[in-house]
Amino acid sequence: MAEVLVYVDHVDGAVRKPTLELLTLARRIGEPVAVALGGGAADTAAALAEHGAVKVLTHEAAEYADYLVVPKVDALQAAYEAVSPSAVLVPSSAEGKEIAARLALRIGSGIITDAVDLEAGEEGPVATQSVFAASFTTKSRVAKGTPVITVKPNSAAVEAAPAAGAVEALAVSFSDKATGTKVTGRTPRESTGRPELTEAAIVVSGGRGVNGAENFAIIEALADSLGAAVGASRAAVDAGWYPHSNQVGQTGKSVSPQLYIASGISGAIQHRAGMQTSKTIVAINKDAEAPIFDLVDYGIVGDLFDVVPALTEEVKSRKG
Amino acid sequence: MSLRIVVTVKYVPDATGDRHFADDLTVDRDDVDGLLSELDEYAVEQALQIAEDADDAEITVLTIGPEDAKDALRKALSMGADKAIHVEDDDLHGTDAIGTSLVLAKAVEKAGYDLVISGMASTDGTMGVVPALVAERLGVPQVTLLSEVSVEDGVVKGRRDGDAASEQLEASLPAVVSVTDQSGEARYPSFKGIMAAKKKPVESWDLEDLDIEAEEVGLEGAYTVVDSATERPARTAGTIVKDEGEGGKQLAEFLAGQKFI
Ligand SMILES: Cc1cc2nc3c(=O)[nH]c(=O)nc-3n(C[C@H](O)[C@H](O)[C@H](O)COP(=O)(O)OP(=O)(O)OC[C@H]3O[C@@H](n4cnc5c(N)ncnc54)[C@H](O)[C@@H]3O)c2cc1C
Ligand SMILES: Nc1ncnc2c1ncn2[C@@H]1O[C@H](COP(=O)(O)O)[C@@H](O)[C@H]1O
Repeated sequence: MAEVLVYVDHVDGAVRKPTLELLTLARRIGEPVAVALGGGAADTAAALAEHGAVKVLTHEAAEYADYLVVPKVDALQAAYEAVSPSAVLVPSSAEGKEIAARLALRIGSGIITDAVDLEAGEEGPVATQSVFAASFTTKSRVAKGTPVITVKPNSAAVEAAPAAGAVEALAVSFSDKATGTKVTGRTPRESTGRPELTEAAIVVSGGRGVNGAENFAIIEALADSLGAAVGASRAAVDAGWYPHSNQVGQTGKSVSPQLYIASGISGAIQHRAGMQTSKTIVAINKDAEAPIFDLVDYGIVGDLFDVVPALTEEVKSRKG
Repeated sequence: MSLRIVVTVKYVPDATGDRHFADDLTVDRDDVDGLLSELDEYAVEQALQIAEDADDAEITVLTIGPEDAKDALRKALSMGADKAIHVEDDDLHGTDAIGTSLVLAKAVEKAGYDLVISGMASTDGTMGVVPALVAERLGVPQVTLLSEVSVEDGVVKGRRDGDAASEQLEASLPAVVSVTDQSGEARYPSFKGIMAAKKKPVESWDLEDLDIEAEEVGLEGAYTVVDSATERPARTAGTIVKDEGEGGKQLAEFLAGQKFI
């Protein structure tokens, strides 16, 4: 069976969920061979094997952390040349897309970004994408070379499928371009203890209607009662009420949770672009005409300062 | 020595309009009003700020697109860019990201550059890969997705706010930079700027000018094929209730019914 290269997104050896989802998709089109780079790379093997990786190619070097993107492209290219896979799958993070694109160019292939589903097809893997702020769904293929496809989080269920996951050292020699962009400082994001926004099953978001940084506490309280991640509209972020890393939408994160709760968000096209594929959508807004109500499964026309705390109390008491 | 900045800008269908596909499954650019991609306005703005801080700088805005794409160039010129290049050729219709990066890289080289500045993503394709591809083609450092950028003594520095960390980056010129919408509000063209833009030079180049064969680009040269595009069915109308004091409870009831609680 053809091998499919899967680029592993991990933090010091802890594999992030979107990579496990990729393994599910990779198994539909071949045998997953994982590529893990940087500090802790070998520690990823157990989780990857459990989810279907037949092999785990690893390489540790300081370059991955000290220079931007290119060392990872060099390594992925080395893996590509070693394995001759039938496809290369990469998680659709900002960095993942850049790595994938540069690899595609080097190997003379096409690139598809932000797939939300992937199936085997007669002429190679068929990727489903959601475009124009999720108002259209397209099916595309890579027509030249080995398909390089980046896949968004929450595109497939994580499935256990134990495989050998044999760890092999990958031989990488960095190109002279690898050290072009130096990382001179790094401030890790502080953990909030809440689920990762793009990976969460439930997202609770607040917008301009929340009216102040201090009021986001009521959005957070609802999120915590549901075990959810917290999101924000750009208006709330621009006002400085909530960090940009929590922005949902075209220029923020794109989320596709089981449940999305929007409070005090009007539902502008750029916001919809990042949440329209959520399975169930709920909104609380005092303006009955707000466009967000066109999307909802359940909407409350009301003041979020009344409805959200009441909902939080209800959730808490029901959960006991 | 003068600092030559090339800003790549895209002319895109208005996101608030009714965007759709043409019969050949390319983005319809004829029936929908277009404009300078809002995300590229941030690139123009940062170019202007870098130029203001430099002793001597020249900003060229570059677009690949149909006839109407001149509107995007005019807007950038009226914001303050010095001159413009419009790459236009019927054979470019349907070009994908790989092809776009080829044309941009060739055009940037022909124009002459020390610094290329792009937007974080186009608002229609939203791939966010073209700047990285252009850097790969040019063989120069990519310093992308910056929310803060500055240039001093031939070195570009910036801050990239990633998923896991915020990184400080540094590279020597020549380099390719892309900036996010966090990099700073783009200025509005002044009346004076709009008037001045009318007199600024706009060059037109076609594929021949760039030594690119028709087969390398366009729908024919594309590395990816779109087999189908279907409009997402409108979401079935949901239940909307007015809060009469019981809204929170009713919502909890709904969530419990859906097994979220
Ligand atoms: C290139 C570009 C990219 C963009 N990217 C993004 C993006 O990634 N994400 C994003 O979100 N936006 C993005 N935007 C901005 C977007 O166009 C909207 O401006 C933004 O989403 C509006 O945020 P909002 O809904 O919170 O604010 P508003 O549109 O002002 O809506 C606030 C809503 O809150 C309601 N409200 C007020 N008070 C209360 C109350 N007490 N109780 C209940 N409801 C209340 C109001 O009725 C209103 O509907 C982008 C714009 C551009 C041009
Ligand atoms: N046709 C084009 N003409 C000029 N610049 C472009 C074009 N397409 C993409 N770009 C540049 O590349 C950036 C990222 O585009 P994309 O990778 O398509 O999302 C944009 O913000 C532009 O700066």
